[in-house]
Amino acid sequence: MLLPTDTRLGELWPDIWQATGETLLMVALTMLIGGTLGLLLALGLYLTRKGGLYENAVISVVLNVLVNFFRPIPFIIFIAAVQPAARLVVGTGIGMPAVVFSLILAAMFGIARIIEQNLVTVPPGVIEAARAMGASRARIAATVVLPEALAPIILGYTFAFVAVVDMSAVAGLIAGGGLGSFAQTFGYRQYDPTVTWVCVLILVALVQVIQLLGNTLSARILRR
Amino acid sequence: MTHPATVAEPLVRLRNLTKTYPAAKGRNEVPAVADVDLDIAAGDVQAIVGYSGAGKSTLVRLLNGLEPATSGSIQIGGTELVGLHERQLRRIRLGIGMIFQQFNLFESRTVWGNLAYPLQIAGVAKAEQQRRISELLHFVGLPDKAHTYPRNLSGGQKQRVGIARALTTNPSLLLADEATSALDPETTHEVLRLLKRVNEEFGTTIVAITHEMEVVRELADHVAVMENGRIVESGAVYDVFSAPRQPVTRRFVGTVVDDEPAPDALAALRSRHPGRFVKLELREGGPRQADLFAVLLERGVAFELVFGGIEEIQGATFGNLTLALDGPATSVDEAVRELSALVPAKEL
Repeated sequence: MLLPTDTRLGELWPDIWQATGETLLMVALTMLIGGTLGLLLALGLYLTRKGGLYENAVISVVLNVLVNFFRPIPFIIFIAAVQPAARLVVGTGIGMPAVVFSLILAAMFGIARIIEQNLVTVPPGVIEAARAMGASRARIAATVVLPEALAPIILGYTFAFVAVVDMSAVAGLIAGGGLGSFAQTFGYRQYDPTVTWVCVLILVALVQVIQLLGNTLSARILRR
Repeated sequence: MTHPATVAEPLVRLRNLTKTYPAAKGRNEVPAVADVDLDIAAGDVQAIVGYSGAGKSTLVRLLNGLEPATSGSIQIGGTELVGLHERQLRRIRLGIGMIFQQFNLFESRTVWGNLAYPLQIAGVAKAEQQRRISELLHFVGLPDKAHTYPRNLSGGQKQRVGIARALTTNPSLLLADEATSALDPETTHEVLRLLKRVNEEFGTTIVAITHEMEVVRELADHVAVMENGRIVESGAVYDVFSAPRQPVTRRFVGTVVDDEPAPDALAALRSRHPGRFVKLELREGGPRQADLFAVLLERGVAFELVFGGIEEIQGATFGNLTLALDGPATSVDEAVRELSALVPAKEL
């Protein structure tokens, strides 16, 4: 096997670990905040849709237009487009806070659609049974719809997690740090493919661990 | 207000009940339930039969307010449901159990959790919940399945859990929406026997929606037949079975009780059996079969039973027998005349 000798990998390890930490922080914050907001938005989409517990055509259309407007924007453009909003909300248009702000927004719209699709799989009959028992609509949403859809929801979040790791690689565009920008700066631009590949492998390992966790958790819930 | 002691108020009282769904563009509105009048006495088992699309599923959902009525009146235990708000309907639903064709158990909860759910909604204390759940699990014969998830149960077990869950809050009324339609004949029988016990031991009034006459025969006291959203015939099960008036009723009764052979079956029978074909209607309280056959034997008329049978419904027997009569023409004539005097007879 041919191992390249002209690499700065040896001296870069501390920076690589720091970049890994930054990626983990960005992704964790995004999943925590964006995941929660996305879940709420998903419930909004699901509950107001036709035949839903809180059927409301106006709100349903507004939410759908909103999600459909933001979701298809490629993140590399999205991050630039929401820069003014980031300046307003987090006080800066560059660096990690601005990246996390953009990631949360993008993840929220993506996750909303994924979780909505998971919620739709709950059989209407189960909801009808709960209604027949005298359960309120809010109670049904919280104690029937969410628990019944939990296994696919976990898979949905796992999918979203991987997508967020992917998106976070663009952070370098506004000096956001993380493994993605590190690989670009010290791998690609320094003609050091070894560094690039080390970053790739760390990302792959991260994704594998999360996917495994998600699969296991979801299967355990499904098996009951 | 006083009532004559003999005339009890019905538990369920429907008057001019109508449900219309908004029509699709360019189409006329067709009511799913049209102008239904029906009284159901407390402790009764009322079957409602009809083909799919007859409106029976909508009708049963009007009874617990899952669907709002368009017009008319629904009184349950003297309370008018039509016009109530969702919040008020929720209180009433606590006193009405419901079971479903697809069972609709919560897959994310154990059997115990499924039974606990309605009790939690009703705000029943934990200790009382436990007592009630374990009592009902014993009643439906599944005490060892408390911690099993529904996906590990058979269809029959699922429906027994469904029945137990519907009974946790001690409802006076149980709505069964095609409760046995997804089950095989053996399991159907089992579940029907359980429902019969619910009715007899707890005095629960049952409204059973079905397209299976077996259910009516085994379970019901009264039956109403629906077609195009209307009740076209109703009464005590024996009366409706023994003298169906509407074509749709006759078709339903024909699925469990033989009436007379269809034209092609009749032709096939004629090719195998000589003589004249006569259909005799035997009804509870009428002449015994032995008396009828004696008429034929006395006149030396040979006879064969070629179609039909005897059924027992609500502890009363009845049946339709098609006989092939063979012998000297005059003897057969006399025999047919004499039989016609004893029971309704029809030459085929």
